[in-house]
Amino acid sequence: MAFGKNIGGAAEYVVIPALALLGALAAFGIFAALFGKDPIDLYFFMYQGAFGTWFSWQNTLTRAAPLILTALCTALPAQLGMVIIGGEGALLIGGLCATAAALVVQGAPPLLVDVAMAIAGMLAGGLWIALSGALRQFRGVNETISSLLLVYIALAVLNFLVEGPMRDPSSLNKPSTREIGAANMIGAIPGTDVHWGLVFGLVAAALAYVLIFHTTFGFAARIAGGNVRAARIVGLNVGRLVLIVCLLAGAAAGLAGMVEVAAVQGRANANLAVGYGFTGILVSFLARHNPLAIVPVAILLGGINASGGLLQRRLGLPDASVLVLQGMIFVSVLMSETLYGRFRIFARKEA
Amino acid sequence: MADAGIGLWGVPLAVLGGAVRVSTPFLFVSLGECLTERSGRINLGLEGTLVMGAMCAYGVSYLTGSPWLGVLAAGLSGVLMGGLHGTICGLPRVNDIAVGIALMLFGTGLAFYLGKPLIEPNARMLPAIDLGAWSDVPQVRAALKINALFVIGVVLAPLLLWALKSTRWGLILRTAGESADAARAMGYSVNAIRLRATMAGGFLAGVGGSFLSLYYPGSWNEGLSSGQGVTAVALVIFARWNPMLCFGASLLFGGAAALGPALQSIGVTQGYQLFNASPYILTLLIMIVTCSPKRTLVGAPAELSITK
Repeated sequence: MAFGKNIGGAAEYVVIPALALLGALAAFGIFAALFGKDPIDLYFFMYQGAFGTWFSWQNTLTRAAPLILTALCTALPAQLGMVIIGGEGALLIGGLCATAAALVVQGAPPLLVDVAMAIAGMLAGGLWIALSGALRQFRGVNETISSLLLVYIALAVLNFLVEGPMRDPSSLNKPSTREIGAANMIGAIPGTDVHWGLVFGLVAAALAYVLIFHTTFGFAARIAGGNVRAARIVGLNVGRLVLIVCLLAGAAAGLAGMVEVAAVQGRANANLAVGYGFTGILVSFLARHNPLAIVPVAILLGGINASGGLLQRRLGLPDASVLVLQGMIFVSVLMSETLYGRFRIFARKEA
Repeated sequence: MADAGIGLWGVPLAVLGGAVRVSTPFLFVSLGECLTERSGRINLGLEGTLVMGAMCAYGVSYLTGSPWLGVLAAGLSGVLMGGLHGTICGLPRVNDIAVGIALMLFGTGLAFYLGKPLIEPNARMLPAIDLGAWSDVPQVRAALKINALFVIGVVLAPLLLWALKSTRWGLILRTAGESADAARAMGYSVNAIRLRATMAGGFLAGVGGSFLSLYYPGSWNEGLSSGQGVTAVALVIFARWNPMLCFGASLLFGGAAALGPALQSIGVTQGYQLFNASPYILTLLIMIVTCSPKRTLVGAPAELSITK
């Protein structure tokens, strides 16, 4: 009986988000139809652009890699009941510091350079989000607002350094830092065009899952997330939990920034701020902040991002149509929260 | 001659003028958010409403030739966004902060989508009131050019304070914000009150957006708003949910936001990007100083999830 109970409960967490997703896709079809686009064409090109060919699959997976990492930036603090939405800021600072590290140790063997980049990116991103956590813990500052404000501050720091002290004088059109060098780029997984960042993302998601659900630390974090007062009564150091979780969350987003520099851009510039941090928030909510569920959801959202180009070329939809769809999915997923426990089919059998 | 003579004095003058100019969207968004939060709900989506308002105002002003119709359209788009927020939050077990984040992304995306054709054309701008006509110094004249929406905002702030304090609907709104149970016991629907407060707040935020596209910076593009909506939400906390204090805080933030452009105008080419972040840094610092983990804030509506 216990087995059946678990299946029912788990199915609810798959079926309801799936319904929400379908609802959002339907709404997007109606939206496109209002602008004179055939919804059937729309869905066809979305599928083609996301998962239709090996080429689009590779494009999708390349975009999913940073999304997994930025989603973890929202999902980990969510275990503690915190809503952190500043992954974009940690990504920018992480990418910037990773670039700086690469430029400092440029002559070293490539592996060493990449390790230095990863450490710098994760440390910088981690401290960036830990700042939000510390402000919440020690000053009672709302972490949602502070983490979002830090995004804008990170953007200003990036612009300042890239246009000023760190600027490569030869970058005329788009101010950028010097390049980290082709030898130091992390390449593609053999047989594909997908870079190793995807593997970083998968490993990070798996580690986060183990940490949250199979260690005492994760158990303590979830207790503190459920009821802070109870956690204090049983003697948990909630402040320490908050700081460590935020540090890890920011490190994930910082690693996303490092990956974008070391695998895609090759240098730091404003191209880093394309919104992976914001889409990551949606991924985390859609995955109900479960680190394992984040992987398929990130691939799905990566696919939607990847299909934007095809929608633009074949249907003449503006590039912002992807943002509209993402917004619709987000709204629809939150609305579906109200459905939990309402379907008898999923009802847990009471003794 | 006058231009050369004024020199460094141009910076404080530009900051002062900028405080008036740049504060207007802060003022409208924070007044709107103040209204919504007083009813016990927080709308983080006002950033999206602001951008939607800017786009609608620009589009309608361009199509009709009347900037004031644009302002009205911006307000109405805000009502729709607020209505969406209020309706979704009215469902059981839906978190208002998360819905706000969703609408922030949705509103910005929708505005970029619908606003694509508006990047090129020129729309009619809102008028300004020239209070500096007596002066020969162009910087003084520029600083004293007061826009009409700012004047409306200045009138609106005390009006809102009075309405919240002394009118019947103000009392009902505050009751919903202080104790949902009390409002229910009096026979009012808490959801309906909050829905209306969010719609009214959305109207004001939309109007704030119209200022961005129709006065300053006075064009429509995708980089138009960068966090003014979010800053305004934090500003309400700093202003202790008091409309008059929102006005003062908006001026302060406007001055901070004007610092970067003012330095750029006197020829500072390095580091002005950091000054562009000054409103956000200021917001963070103010929140650090005024918040406390040990007690709830003075003046905070008791039902508000952000201060619990």
